[in-house]
Order: sequence, then C-alpha cells, then structure tokens
Amino acid sequence: MTREYPDEVAGPYEGPPRSFADRDGRDIEIRRYDDEFETLVEMYLQFDPEDRAQGIPPTAEKGIRKWLDNLLLDECVNVVAWHGDDAVGHATLVPDTEGASELAIFVLREYQEAGIGTQLIECLLGAGRESGIEQVWLTVERWNKAATALYRKVGFEPCDTSGFELEMAAKLAA
Amino acid sequence: MKVLLGIGGSEDSLYALEQAVARAMAAGDDLTIAIVENPDSSMDEGELRARVDAVLENEGFDAEVVSLSGHPGSQLLEFAEREEFDRIVLGGGETSPLGKVQLGSIAEFVLLNAQTTVTLIR
Repeated sequence: MTREYPDEVAGPYEGPPRSFADRDGRDIEIRRYDDEFETLVEMYLQFDPEDRAQGIPPTAEKGIRKWLDNLLLDECVNVVAWHGDDAVGHATLVPDTEGASELAIFVLREYQEAGIGTQLIECLLGAGRESGIEQVWLTVERWNKAATALYRKVGFEPCDTSGFELEMAAKLAA
Repeated sequence: MKVLLGIGGSEDSLYALEQAVARAMAAGDDLTIAIVENPDSSMDEGELRARVDAVLENEGFDAEVVSLSGHPGSQLLEFAEREEFDRIVLGGGETSPLGKVQLGSIAEFVLLNAQTTVTLIR
C-alpha cells in the first residue's frame, strides 16, 4: 500500500525532556521511556474503557503487559508524561514493515483537555525525528473530533478517507 | 442454519475459515464457502481453493465452495440474498503494528450494506 505523505514537514519539534504547567496548573514533565514498565502498567490499569480505540489499550492486566512488551521494544520510540511519580500520558511510535512508523497517544481521563496531549505528541514527533524516523501515520475513529483536530494541529494530513477509520500521515524530515 | 463464509485470502479470512468450519460442524450448519477477489491479498483463487479443500479434508467436513468474481462485498451480499442465507461470516480484521484492530474493506462494506446478519470472527 502506498501512503501519501504531506509535502510539509511537521514541526520540526524538539524532543524530550519538556516541563510545563498544564491548564489546571499541574506540573507535568515529559521524558523518554526509561524502563518504567510497572508504572505504565499502572497507568493503563486506570485507563477509562470509554477512551479505548480500535481494541487498544487492552483492558485486562495480562493483555496490557503483552501489548506493552511489543510497544517498548528498542526499535520503538516511547515518551511518557509524568505528574510527580505518576505516569499520566504515553505516546509511542512503532515501526511498520515499510520503513514508516505508526503513532498512538494515550492520556488518562482526568488529565485530558489540559494541553498535555499537544505537548506529548510534539515531544514524540521530536523524539522520532531525533531517532531518524521520517514518516509517521495513524488511524483514528472518524467521530473523534478532538483527536483529529490535535493531529491536524501538529501537522498530520488525512491520506486514506475510504474506511471506517480515518488514516492520517505526517512527514518528519524533508 | 444456512451460513455463508466469505474469504479473500487475508490472514484473518484464513483464520475465519478454520473457525467457521469448526462451528458449522459443532452446530450442524449448512456451510457454503465463497471465495472472493481481495485486491489486498497475496493468494490467488487457485491457492485459496487448495487451502479450503485442505481444511475441509482435514476436518472431514463437506461444504459447497463457490468463486465470486467482481466487487467482493457487493457480490457476497447479492449471493447471500439470492440464495437466502441466514448469516454471513467474515474475518474480523487484522492488527496494525501498534495492535489496533483494522477491519478489512470487504467487512466494512458488508457490515454497512447487508440485509443479512453478519458475524465477524475474532
């Protein structure tokens, strides 16, 4: 399958680390994933089932562990948003078989709509660029206006509009 | 029950083939297997037919096998309505590198347009 990527580079954004106060005044820090496996499991156990999309994250702990094992391999790029010692957001780039990477981002319900998602995805795209990733894509449920607006804002453009899910792509290097 | 399984050669359709045959045997259903043209599949019709024959022979089960040419979703629906099937069975999608479920284009078309009940195999 050939995917159309935008002509313009997204960003370019700076990778992690980043610190900022979110819109609710909480101090948030974004860092590259550094073996905090159990903390991420904790985060996904708290994840609101309503916020799941296309079968991820899995709901049962066993499923979460297996899924995370696959995401946290060395060839993937992972960034985590921290509020103190708690992981509250996670974004990931997983390589496909065609030299591009698939993106997904997760923010806990009580930390949504506070500007964390934008910072997290910018940071992930920055980390991806620094790791030499040039092409990124994602799928999103069409009705999810908040998510599609975020993806557009950081430089994604729709590329496959034929299916149930909208496919969007971004370019990280010229 | 009269069941129509549609397969085009994708991984999930091959899995659905095995599950549907096992289910039809257990339930005593009358199963028909329709081979459709899936442009995304690397298997051609001959290879798929050989695979179907092997599964049926292995299980010792008898099912009618037909080939439908043309647009896979609409051909399946037309066949299902003409032959008065009770149910259409399809593969339930594949997963992306990240683990997201992605429904195939045939399943999407059939789900949105079918008058017949549809089962997706997970």
